[in-house]
Amino acid sequence: MNIRDAILTALRSTAARLDALPLSPLPDAPAPITYPNPEAQFTESFTSVGGRLFRVPDLAALVAELSNLDLYAQARKIVSLVPGVGTSTVDVAAMQRPHELEGVDLAILAGDFGVAENGAVWVPGCSLGPHRAIFVITEHLVLVLPASQIVHTMQHAYDRIRFERPGFGLFISGPSKTADIEQSLVIGAHGPRSCTLFLVG
Amino acid sequence: MLTEECHLNPYLEERGIEVTDTDLGERIVQLRHEPPSHIVFPAIHLKKKDIGELFHQKLGTEKGASDPNYLTEAARGHLRQKFLAAQAGLTGVNFAVAETGGFVVCTNEGNADMGTSLPPIHIACMGVEKLLPRAKDLGIFLRLLARSATGQPVTTYSTHFHGPMRGGELHVVIVDNGRSAILAQPTFRRSLSCIRCGACMNTCPVFRRSGGYSYGYTVPGPIGSLLGPQRDPRKYGGLPFASSLCGSCSDVCPVKIDLHHELYAFRQELVRKKIVPLRKRIGMAVMAFVLARPWLYRLAGRLIRWLVPRLPRAVVYGPWNPWGLHRELPPMPRQSFRELIKLEPPTIVPVRVRKPVEVKAAEINAVESNAGELNASEVKKESQ
Repeated sequence: MNIRDAILTALRSTAARLDALPLSPLPDAPAPITYPNPEAQFTESFTSVGGRLFRVPDLAALVAELSNLDLYAQARKIVSLVPGVGTSTVDVAAMQRPHELEGVDLAILAGDFGVAENGAVWVPGCSLGPHRAIFVITEHLVLVLPASQIVHTMQHAYDRIRFERPGFGLFISGPSKTADIEQSLVIGAHGPRSCTLFLVG
Repeated sequence: MLTEECHLNPYLEERGIEVTDTDLGERIVQLRHEPPSHIVFPAIHLKKKDIGELFHQKLGTEKGASDPNYLTEAARGHLRQKFLAAQAGLTGVNFAVAETGGFVVCTNEGNADMGTSLPPIHIACMGVEKLLPRAKDLGIFLRLLARSATGQPVTTYSTHFHGPMRGGELHVVIVDNGRSAILAQPTFRRSLSCIRCGACMNTCPVFRRSGGYSYGYTVPGPIGSLLGPQRDPRKYGGLPFASSLCGSCSDVCPVKIDLHHELYAFRQELVRKKIVPLRKRIGMAVMAFVLARPWLYRLAGRLIRWLVPRLPRAVVYGPWNPWGLHRELPPMPRQSFRELIKLEPPTIVPVRVRKPVEVKAAEINAVESNAGELNASEVKKESQ
C-alpha cells in the first residue's frame, strides 16, 4: 500500500465510525446580510482597506480622470489590459517569461465584480493576460469595475463564481500590506504600493 | 507552519537547495535562525531596533535605521530578487475545496502570489484537515480567517488555484502526520477544525505575557498545546498542564474548538497513559489519599506547621522542592483556619449585608460629577 492509500484508508475507517458527521446535504449559511446601498458600502469598505476609489459615469470620464493622476502621468512602463483605458507602453503578449514584467510601474486590469462587505474585487485569470504575475509584480495597480457589478457579501460572491479547471482567480482587497515589524502597518509589501479603483457607470 | 511542523526547510537545505522564506516576518526569523514565535506575526517577539540591526548586517541597510517603512522597503527589494531567481514556489494552503479540486492561499503581503506566478513550479502543502466541502463555504471561512487573525474584513489577496499557470506545474502535497489519528479520537477531533488564525494565542493570559517560545512547540498558543502533545506526548506532555483553563481561548475561537475542555481532557489522558512524571503521579496519589481522610489532613497540617519552621533551610529547599527554586514558602501560621475560627468566633466582624439598590444611568453620571458630595452623604448614612 502506498502512502496515499494508507492515509485514505485511515481516514475512511474513521469516517465510517463518525456517527454525527453531516454527510449530505450540508447546512447552508443563514441568509446573508444585504445592504440598502451596496455601492456606498463597497466604497466605504474599499477605502478602509487602503484603496483609492474614483466614481466615474463612463469610459471617457475614466480616461480623463486617469490621465490627471500622477500615478499615470509619471509611470513609464504601463500595461493596460482594459480596452480603451490608458495606453500600454510595453507589450505583454511579446513576453516569453513573466520575469520580464519586473519594472512595470502601472497595470490596469478589469475586475469582474466587487463585494460590498469587504471591498474585495474578483479578478478572474482571463483578466490578467498571458502572465498572471501582472497583478502583484506591478508597482501600482488600477482596477476598473462596472458600478452595476457589486454584490452584498462573500456568500453572494461565491454564487457568481464558476470555477474551471485549469483556472485561476483572486479577490484583491486594497494594496499589498504588512504589519510584521512591531505590528506597524506598512503599505507596499511585495505587491502593489497602491490600489486605485474606477467604478464606472 | 506546516513546513515548520515537518521540518521541510532543513531537509531541503541539507540537499543543497536554498530555501527563502518570503513572508516578511518569517524572513526575519529565518535570517536570525529562529523559529516563528506567532502564527500570524512570526517576528512579534522582536523590536524594530533588533530588526534594523539584523537588516544592517544581512541586507546592508543603514546602521541604526529602524523605521518599519524603510525596513519593509529593504526587504521588498531583497526578496524581489529572490522571487525573480527562484525555480519553484512553495506555499501552504488556507482552504482546499473538495467540490472543485482547488485551493485558496491568503496573504496580505502578496508573497504567495509573487512566489507562484514567477517560478514555473508551484508546490502547495496542506494538512488533510484543510478541506472544505464546497466552494461557497469559502464565503464564510475567508471572512472568519481574516477577522480572527488581524481584524480585517478579508485578506488583501485571496488567490484561488485550480490548475498550474500556462506552461507550468502545480503539485499539491496532502499531509497526514498524525491527523487521521486525531480524527479517530472523538474527544480531540474538534482541534482539527483549526484555521490557524491565532486568536486563541492573542487572548490567552499565559501566552499573551510569555510569548510563543515559552512552551517549545511549533504552533504556539492554546491550539499548539493540544496539537503538540498529540504528535509527541512525551516531549510536549507538559503543555496541557500549563493552563489556567480560564476558557478565553474557547470563547474567541471562530470555529468553536472547545480548547479548554480539550486541554483538561488531555491531562486525564496523559495521567491514564502514565506520561506524567513519576514524582507528580506519586504526589497526586498521596494528596488524594490525604484529602479523602479529614483526620489525616488535620494531622498532616499540624505536623507540617510544627516541623517546617524547625527544619534547616537546606532540607526544606532541597531538590525535592522544585517549587521553592525561585520562590519562598509562605511563613507557617501557628494555627490552622479551623483552629482560628473555633477560638475567636465572637470577635469576627460579620459581613454587613446591604439591600441591593437599583442605579439608573442618570444617577451614575451624577456619581461621577459629584464624587465629593457623595462621599459626604455616605459618611452621614454610616453614622446614622
